[in-house]
Amino acid sequence: MLSRLLTGALLAGAAAGLVAAVLQLVLLQPLLIEAEAYEIASIPAAGGEAHGHGATEIAAGIDLARNGLTILFSILIYAGYALILTALMALAESRGHAVTARAGLLWGAAGFVAVQLAPAVSLGVALPGGAAADIAMRQVWWIACVAATGLGLWCLAFGASARAWGAAIVLVLGPHLIGAPQPESYWSAAPAELASVFAPRALGIGLFAWMVTGALAGYLRTRSETAAETRAA
Amino acid sequence: MTQALTALRDTSVSHLAAIALTFALGAGIVFVAGHVQAAALHDAAHDMRHATGFPCH
Repeated sequence: MLSRLLTGALLAGAAAGLVAAVLQLVLLQPLLIEAEAYEIASIPAAGGEAHGHGATEIAAGIDLARNGLTILFSILIYAGYALILTALMALAESRGHAVTARAGLLWGAAGFVAVQLAPAVSLGVALPGGAAADIAMRQVWWIACVAATGLGLWCLAFGASARAWGAAIVLVLGPHLIGAPQPESYWSAAPAELASVFAPRALGIGLFAWMVTGALAGYLRTRSETAAETRAA
Repeated sequence: MTQALTALRDTSVSHLAAIALTFALGAGIVFVAGHVQAAALHDAAHDMRHATGFPCH
């Protein structure tokens, strides 16, 4: 049981993470690098240090080590997403809701809404080099928002009562009514035009990769169920 | 009968335990790859964090 859950999730996550990484490197990385160039230019003293990668590192064209790490971490994060999604799929199945590849598309879309769209609604999808509230505060809000939205979507999908749907509305809207931590004042090294392309692109890639995750995880669950039934017969 | 019931309960318990473990493993990976601020981890995961909307710095 456990090994079937893990195998399916890790396969789905690795494939989706690879898809996400390729799309990210082609469509997002140029915007990220450009924003960092603005960020470096905005640092006045020579001693100033850009976050993340050192300034000299960023300046040098395509960075193989950096892109390699992005691919690795993309696979890792989508493996994490797929493990969570697969666990919840198995829970739904144990309560009599069949999961297929087609249903997996919806599962993936719901995962995207909970983990990427909902936090972005109030926290934004940030380019490097902008104002932001305290990182720990934002992380706490992010985790709370993802957990509340996820639970809300579960209530919406599987709770067949007015009370469950009411709870879903409160859980999904609550984090945004409370509000995400915001900086005291706004500034940004990169132009707004860059950020306004970056955010929807990041979300679009996220939606696609999450739906790949869901469809593959769903497909592999139907496969593993069939295999288990064949063995049992 | 009792035996069958015990077997059923055991299966369902191990089933739920496997689900919980899978979920916890996934949540752990997402937390480490997405949120831990240790410098080396932050630098390595930096671009992925921006692309997937994690609060980064």
